[in-house]
Amino acid sequence: MQSTDITWVIGGPQGSGVETAANIFAGACAGMGLKIFGKREFYSNIKGEHSYFAVRVSDKKIRSNINNITMLVAFDAETLFRHADDVYPDGAIVYDSELVQIKADEVSTLDEEYKSRLTKLLFSKNKELTVQGMIDLCKDKGVQLYAVSFKGILANLSEETQNPKIKTMFRMLNVIAVSVSLGLLGLPPATLLKSVESVFSTKPQIAEVNKQAANHSYNFATVKFPKFKYTLPVITKEPNTILVQGYQATGIGKIACGCRFQSYYPITPASDESVFLESNEVFEVTNNRPGSTIVVQTEDEISAIGMVIGASLTGARSATSTSGPGFSLMAESLGWAGINEVPIVVTLYQRSGPSTGLPTRHGQDDLMFAIHAGHGDFPRIVYASGDIEESFYDTGKCFNFAEIFQMPVIHMMDKFIASTVATCKRFDPNLITIDRGKLLEKIEGDDYKRFAFTEDGISPRSRLGLENGIFWNTGDESDERGHISEDPVNRVQKMDKRASKLNLVLKTIPKEDQVVSYGVSELCVVSWGSNKGPILDALEMLKKEGLEVGFIQIKLLQPFPTDHVKSLLKGVKTIIDIEANQSAQLGSLLNEHLDKKVDYYILKYTGRPMTCTEIYDSLKKILENKAEKRQVLTFGA
Amino acid sequence: MEPKLSDYKTEVHNDWCPGCGDFGIVSAIQMALTEMKIPRHKAAIFSGIGCSGKTSHFINVFGIHTLHGRVLTFAQGAKLANPEMTIIVAGGDGDGLGIGAGHFVAAGRRNVDMTYIIFNNAVYGLTKGQASPTLQLGLKTKSLPQPNVNQSVNPIGLAIASGFTFVGRGYSYDVRQLKDLIIAAVKHKGLAFLDVLQPCPAYNDINTRDWFAGLGNIDQTTRKSQPRIYKLEDIGYDPVVHYGSEEEVNEKLTQALIKANEWDAKIPTGIFYQNELIAPYEQRIADRIPNYLENPPADQPISSGGKPITDISKILDSLEV
Repeated sequence: MQSTDITWVIGGPQGSGVETAANIFAGACAGMGLKIFGKREFYSNIKGEHSYFAVRVSDKKIRSNINNITMLVAFDAETLFRHADDVYPDGAIVYDSELVQIKADEVSTLDEEYKSRLTKLLFSKNKELTVQGMIDLCKDKGVQLYAVSFKGILANLSEETQNPKIKTMFRMLNVIAVSVSLGLLGLPPATLLKSVESVFSTKPQIAEVNKQAANHSYNFATVKFPKFKYTLPVITKEPNTILVQGYQATGIGKIACGCRFQSYYPITPASDESVFLESNEVFEVTNNRPGSTIVVQTEDEISAIGMVIGASLTGARSATSTSGPGFSLMAESLGWAGINEVPIVVTLYQRSGPSTGLPTRHGQDDLMFAIHAGHGDFPRIVYASGDIEESFYDTGKCFNFAEIFQMPVIHMMDKFIASTVATCKRFDPNLITIDRGKLLEKIEGDDYKRFAFTEDGISPRSRLGLENGIFWNTGDESDERGHISEDPVNRVQKMDKRASKLNLVLKTIPKEDQVVSYGVSELCVVSWGSNKGPILDALEMLKKEGLEVGFIQIKLLQPFPTDHVKSLLKGVKTIIDIEANQSAQLGSLLNEHLDKKVDYYILKYTGRPMTCTEIYDSLKKILENKAEKRQVLTFGA
Repeated sequence: MEPKLSDYKTEVHNDWCPGCGDFGIVSAIQMALTEMKIPRHKAAIFSGIGCSGKTSHFINVFGIHTLHGRVLTFAQGAKLANPEMTIIVAGGDGDGLGIGAGHFVAAGRRNVDMTYIIFNNAVYGLTKGQASPTLQLGLKTKSLPQPNVNQSVNPIGLAIASGFTFVGRGYSYDVRQLKDLIIAAVKHKGLAFLDVLQPCPAYNDINTRDWFAGLGNIDQTTRKSQPRIYKLEDIGYDPVVHYGSEEEVNEKLTQALIKANEWDAKIPTGIFYQNELIAPYEQRIADRIPNYLENPPADQPISSGGKPITDISKILDSLEV
């Protein structure tokens, strides 16, 4: 049987139900046992600007998007203007036939920069600057076109059900569009209806009318058109598969590993996680009373991290979740947590900076900032997850690191992971270990010293409320009890005590948790974070052609596992750094810590995540000795 | 064993200037803790930055000396994670009403059950006497190169407008009254604010101890100087919202604001406003999470034998394809 690998894209104005349509599609496909990898792109806007969802569906494991589109579904003109040219020559476009006369100039949300590129494209192919021009362009390439009057379907449905209200229920155009496309792709109708029902599960009445619309549109497509050449097969569903959004994984991880306090200030793309935690604030606990997470929305990020520190001092596992601008505000308090050896976790969902940057777009701009944020020297851990599944388990690890080493942990996430929806193996909480380090349950006697000098540099930790465990904290340098001390000898001892914990981190954290090696060869990719997925997919594509490229993913970025990385890269001749920022931040770490230099850089900072296609193409150039030292990727709307 | 006053004192050398008003505040806090018999490990002093920030080191309970302007945020996090703690927050006027003013307002809206004391001397002492947010417009304290160019903020008025449910003022040279005010503030269910007038002998040469005692405040008829400080309780002032009708609340808020505006010749101390009919933040959480107060974040078991005991199966079930 031929393998399935379909990329389905739906676009439309923000607020028109693009995400709902994509969820119906993803849910239906996942329900048939197919693997899903979808990403959502949207503007910093509530209503009207262009948003789209690219869902890749396959019967094999997939971890990224590709450049081309198998089926584009459009119920507005802008979607066609922006994406139609990406459709494979043997792909298909399902579009609203009423759109064809619309001129690019009439679409107010098309920015001038894009319009000028579009004009050039259409002009070069001798096409007019309208939706029809775009459609003709695709027709010439051989793209299969399905012109459908979505409003006509609505009118027919209204007549059929004798419900005049339906005629103007334009909110349902999204469901109509997705259902037509699923009809063409040959998905069983029952699966579609089940998915519609599940997406609207909290609103039964709306679910009912949408199911009617879905059914009607599906039948319309199967009667009117022959099936598309690519169809979705029903395969055996792997048991224990979940369809999960990136931000949910860290949220569920926090609940599982015992984070009981989270404060946050609203910011894209981090706050979805906090809202998820608040939606799930009460849960069952084995052999105990129900547990709960207290989620506090604060007045700013300064308050968010202040509250986290305060809560952590009581012994509760505590965290905040933020993005670059918010993390900037947290820098001073991070240093306080550092000097007072307070275990806190900051989940840092990066986006494109600097300043407000591209607030709803992807980027890995904050690696150096995470490593250096805050004045003065203090130890911290910076740990990066590569995908949704990892981020669930890593969340648990980050809390362990924070408590074992008594220092702030910055868990690097990003917008790509946050707004990815993917199928993965059901998370297994039994694979999580909880290690609370030297947290004390009981203290005898009256000579407790919070910052007692110990052999490993880590002092037994009391908490607010613990009898005989009274301690003092201060942002000033302090003595073993925590009282202010400006003594020069004590200062050196305390600085060295705190700094010594970094060596312990490198010694204690298992090597395979520091760096993941996917096989090393003469040519080796070194990367971090969410680039993992597109890199692995690209390497697989190369492997099919008999081309061998190695890959190591660095997860522990501070303290930097220099010796381990060195030993992994021992036989490597060519190092290729791949990351989503302009200045090659990991690359500069590699150049600083290793005794060899990075040979090639593959960078992307358009605000859009890398596709495996782009990485494949750039690695191919390197393999063919045709690459510049620095390749900058630009694909994606 | 009955706690003694000395139990609440640390051995830490106190480096405040001789004659500093802060001494009276520390004593009053220690006396209040002793009188309320609060076990030492059940109390925590959170402090900000500045001379007042050192307060936490002088009191023998948990002492968390935080960052400039941020003390309320640390304290609220701790209290919400462990609501059994008695938490007293000590901060300066610049700390709470300048750099930390946003947190001041937000804390008022939350109404977390704790006590916030502002050490109000109208100057930034530790940085050599710049004007603080409470220094009046046009005053030139001794280290200012020019008279103060900003209007002063009214701490009592701001607290009332922000939603603090207990608002009072003390004077650091009336330690007995201050101790009683602190006890009332700690016992209050909700966020209590105390504005404590505290002369800075080093940098505020205008609002001095003598000034508060009546220097320059000449009664036109008797030609004698009159003490500026007086007690609201001595004039039969009732700060408490008893029933909570809109009319009553408005009346109590209004009279408090009028009293908040008295200054110079007559400076009121005591409780300006108290309303326990507004639920503290902890209660608002408990209304949603019924066992929150018995099983708060700090007390929740999270693991057994190194393994998680939280059941996430329902969430995962909802994501199953």
